[in-house]
Amino acid sequence: MVKRQGSVMSATYAHAPGFVAGDRPKIVTSRFEFADSFTLERYLATNGYKGLRAALSRPANEIHDDVKSATVLGRGGAGFPAGTKWGLTPQQVWPKYLVVNGDESEPGTYKDRLLMERDPHQLIEGCLIACYAAGLSQCFLYIRGEMALAQERVAAALNEAYAAGYVGKNILGSNFSVDIILHWGAGAYVVGEETALIESLEGNRGMPRLKPPFFPAVNGLYGQPTIVNNVETLANLPWLLCNGVAAYTAVGTKTSPGTRMVAVSGHVKRPGVFEIINGTTTFRDLIFGEEFCGGIRDDKQLKAFVPGGGSAPWFTADQLDLPFEASQVGPAGSMLGSGAVIVMDETTDIPAAALTLTHFYAHESCGKCTPCREGGTWLERILRRIVDGDGTDADLQQLLEVGAMICPGDFPHAANAQLGLTAVPFPYKMTTICFVGPSAFAPVHSALTLFRSEFESRVTKRVTIPVTAVSTAKTVMPVGAH
Amino acid sequence: MTIVDPTAENIVADPNVVNITINDKPVLARKGELIIAAADRTDDFIPRFCYHPRMSSVGMCRQCLVEVETPRGPMMVVSCMTPVAEGQIVRTATDTVKKAQEGVLELLLANHPLDCPVCDKGGECPLQDQAFSHGPGESRFVEEKRHYEKPIAISEIVYLDRERCILCDRCTRFADEVAGDPLISFTSRGNDTQVMTFPEEPFSSYFSGNTVQICPVGALTAKPYRFKARPWDIEQTESTCTSCSVGCRVVVQSSRDELVRFQGVDIDPVNWGWLCDRGRYNFESVNSTERLIAPLIKSDSGLAITSWSVALESAARIIRTALNSGTDSVAILGGARGTNEDAFAWASLADQLGITQRDSQLGDGLTPEIFNLAQATIDETCAASTIILLSPDLKEELPVLYLRVRDAAQKRKSRILEFSPRDSGLTPYAWRSVSFEPGRQAQVVRETLETQEMQEQIRLGEVVVVLGRANLAENESFTLHALGEILHAIPNAKILPVLRRGNVRGAVAVGFTPQKNSGDAIDILTKAAAGKIECLILLGADPLADVADSDLVARAFNRTRSVISIDTFINSSNRNADVVLPAAAFTEKTGTTTNLEGRISNVTQQITPRGTSRPDWMIATELGLSLGIDLEVSSLDELHQKMTSSIAEFSSCANNPVINSDGVLIVNEASATISRASVVLVDRNSYSYRLIVSRTMYDNAQSTKTSPSLVGIITKSAIYVNPLDLARIGVVDGTNIRVGIDDKSIVLPVNAHSGVHRGTAWLPYNHTSVDIRPLLDITSDVVDVRIEQLR
Repeated sequence: MVKRQGSVMSATYAHAPGFVAGDRPKIVTSRFEFADSFTLERYLATNGYKGLRAALSRPANEIHDDVKSATVLGRGGAGFPAGTKWGLTPQQVWPKYLVVNGDESEPGTYKDRLLMERDPHQLIEGCLIACYAAGLSQCFLYIRGEMALAQERVAAALNEAYAAGYVGKNILGSNFSVDIILHWGAGAYVVGEETALIESLEGNRGMPRLKPPFFPAVNGLYGQPTIVNNVETLANLPWLLCNGVAAYTAVGTKTSPGTRMVAVSGHVKRPGVFEIINGTTTFRDLIFGEEFCGGIRDDKQLKAFVPGGGSAPWFTADQLDLPFEASQVGPAGSMLGSGAVIVMDETTDIPAAALTLTHFYAHESCGKCTPCREGGTWLERILRRIVDGDGTDADLQQLLEVGAMICPGDFPHAANAQLGLTAVPFPYKMTTICFVGPSAFAPVHSALTLFRSEFESRVTKRVTIPVTAVSTAKTVMPVGAH
Repeated sequence: MTIVDPTAENIVADPNVVNITINDKPVLARKGELIIAAADRTDDFIPRFCYHPRMSSVGMCRQCLVEVETPRGPMMVVSCMTPVAEGQIVRTATDTVKKAQEGVLELLLANHPLDCPVCDKGGECPLQDQAFSHGPGESRFVEEKRHYEKPIAISEIVYLDRERCILCDRCTRFADEVAGDPLISFTSRGNDTQVMTFPEEPFSSYFSGNTVQICPVGALTAKPYRFKARPWDIEQTESTCTSCSVGCRVVVQSSRDELVRFQGVDIDPVNWGWLCDRGRYNFESVNSTERLIAPLIKSDSGLAITSWSVALESAARIIRTALNSGTDSVAILGGARGTNEDAFAWASLADQLGITQRDSQLGDGLTPEIFNLAQATIDETCAASTIILLSPDLKEELPVLYLRVRDAAQKRKSRILEFSPRDSGLTPYAWRSVSFEPGRQAQVVRETLETQEMQEQIRLGEVVVVLGRANLAENESFTLHALGEILHAIPNAKILPVLRRGNVRGAVAVGFTPQKNSGDAIDILTKAAAGKIECLILLGADPLADVADSDLVARAFNRTRSVISIDTFINSSNRNADVVLPAAAFTEKTGTTTNLEGRISNVTQQITPRGTSRPDWMIATELGLSLGIDLEVSSLDELHQKMTSSIAEFSSCANNPVINSDGVLIVNEASATISRASVVLVDRNSYSYRLIVSRTMYDNAQSTKTSPSLVGIITKSAIYVNPLDLARIGVVDGTNIRVGIDDKSIVLPVNAHSGVHRGTAWLPYNHTSVDIRPLLDITSDVVDVRIEQLR
């Protein structure tokens, strides 16, 4: 087997996705510019494991308080403050686990993959700090099955870290000990949902558990209190511990401090992962800003964009000036989700784009909840019929009605001045356990709400065929027929 | 918990009671109870498919969505996973809920074939019923439905129609959670999700029939019922299964006077709705064309059909002649296969004739004295903190009791302490499993219970001993010695006696057990072999096939002048009998039966007895008349009255309507004591193997081999040894070898089995192809055999 080495890459990484020169603060991507950013050597040369040393020199509860007062938001999708989450586990229960959700598979999202490939030690250090601060006895690092390079890099880094005494028994001579266990996923989108991830980690079929009673913080992995954190969330901790809460909260806004990584794909001049300032950067900055995506490819018009991963309701140019701030995006009818922006320009075939996304969610349904299992595929089949030119006008209404069986009530969507639509705020009601089912409907609903004319031009109008009288002439039976 | 009437004035503040409202009506619930379970006590039915009260909830089908008031307005929750909370306001029929429920039903029906007219479930189908009661009425799904190959046999008995499956997880959950045989599971995902077995591994669970019963659609069907009847043509009655002594409640269903199906009935004290496959499907033997349908009498050309009057006269003459030589020259074996009333009538007849030699066990049980020790019920056993198993493999011999004990160990925090000569079905769930070489159990029990760990465990609370014969190739006294050791160490331990024949406990209670110091079955057979028995009456007994000593029984039958058999089939023992009287089978007669814990419940007639066969009790009264004895019984009711008034143990079931459901417990006083005895240990020659002979579920039993669906599953004889011993014998797995003792030997395959301990060999009893009984000698303490390669 040929080992992928850093040496095959260029010495500087200036043109790689995820790295953009400039003087914006870099909290999690600071090492991305180095070709050997994933090695322990480089890591130690760039403040590596200093955060852990800083943490171990103070009582655990102080570290926990730091993370709380820095309001480190979860970067997996829900945006729940990590420090608060850690505080939800019951006291006096042993053991408690940390599960790192590295099963990044939301369409359009590829930020955690880069963090694991480019800076695995930063993640490991983050895991150790979290375990120390929240009193967790063991860490399970779950990496998506398809991310071969990430698995290799994290495994190699973990070996280095064990050898150097950063992981294992009596870390850095303290009486803090923790083991990190690696686990590769088997290829299911739904395992990105935390309870399904725990099922998968236990060796079961990756199917979500219902909360209640399975709130992971109380009843998680092997029935023990479990904290499930996203890779990027933990990657923030070393910098926070090195530079302090004040430095961290100085970046971004009060409710969304720090930076966040956003993966941009689609019809932009320069797609990639960007570390943007949380809460203040707007979608316009990101899509049109020279330091980020540099505008729509071939200078075409923006038609629509998905602000937070494939399952988020769509925005159009009307929403470009919204900042990356959950408290503004939610009421506007969508979510920031996993930090993925998919940009569609004027050439985009909207029904086909919706079909692509709906197909993904129907295909990735685990099969547990009826509405998702049956409804997702039903949506996909109607949509495919429309895209193939075989749909009728009744199918458009049918799409919405099937969707209503998954998400009863008003489904969130963006405002649109041209169409005279006002926003329906996030979130939606749902008849399923997890968000895979509603996610299959979200693109359909957005596409149909914002671009209904494109669907209407694709379908035939159903005409009622007038009933004609049937001939009553006597039918002659052929010989031999009985 | 006590459910208090909310309108009552004196409401006692019970900390476990939670007040909720369902559709604006107050409902009292238990703390931790699920909304759907609380709603089941009201008139407001919440539709459901995946929820089953005896299994954990998964919230899979989403059919039971209801609205619960929250500070943020009404929230939709699945009622099968949401526990009640004080002050909770639940609405099960708002517009939103109705829309959601209709939506889920339409989605479930989207891919479900509408083949109800040819589906076995049609007419009793929860999907069909709830589509009517809670569905939208029509479907908007115009796409082509899912197609799969149909049906596929997932085991010898069960067929799976994946097209009909709505993926509720009931069968797979049952297999995993309840039966402990996770042999079916979901494969693929999303819209392609399906229930499937593992490759090359059939769903060969002893409990597979339960999955068919709990399937909410017609996806799982069982061979014996497929296309046999329609639910609206079925007549049914509730009864008690008598295949073994657990006494599961069943619904017996027939169509056109032929049995078509058994279904488990959920009663709390016994079977929780479950049945084993043997009990569920061996009703086929009742329909068998091989059944005895007329009396038979010995003639020059073998047994010939005769009339009842001739047969009864002939039987009476034989008995009278034999009694002329003294009451000791007549003996009755059997009686445990019928009802309490059957056994009581025969015991009364025997009393009047002075016949004291009678035994309902055939040398494979334990002394009836164990019924006089402090008794535990199944519920008490499963609530005990320590369950000591000194018993046969419950999974093989008393399958539904295995489910209960397994549940106790898995979910109810009982700890199993097992003493067993080989690994049993419960070994994986045992807290400690202690193995012993047959004959050494008393010593092993004593040493184990002396350890500090055991002493601490015993002090935690109730201890119940599940007591039975684990090994037919060993004297029963070894089991009793071991029990003596347990009772010495734990004097207040209770006993759950597990003797296997259906109504052995009832038969013993009415006097079908050795009287006035006469001997047991083995003594009777020994006397017969010595020519001292003139007439042997077999009451549903087949000693030639059933007694674990073929040599003794053969000699006994050779020397007995005449044999009278009352049975449902021709078998090896009555083939040469003088008179054979056809008996009505289970489901063809009414009465009561007593299960192993002493629970008396009713068995009910559902079909007409085949031919001219009649119940045992009727035969007893008529035979009595031919003998000039009037039992003064003209109806079953009279007989039942007489039994309950004359047998003290049965006084609780006099005019007790509960025998129609949960049953009543036998009145029992702990009067016996079993004390410690000094035990002489039997040493084994290190070249030989000590035999463990026990029964398995699918053996050559009459009811199994005459049930077409089960006959193919009966296991072939083989001997099982530890894999390391196989190497010592010098053969590979599956080779034919010779097993011998003294000058007797048999040839059969040897198989490696890691659950068999070194130096012992497990020989399942009564399997097909090779009779193992020539090796057994019921008078010896233990049996040590040589295992040799064939030359």
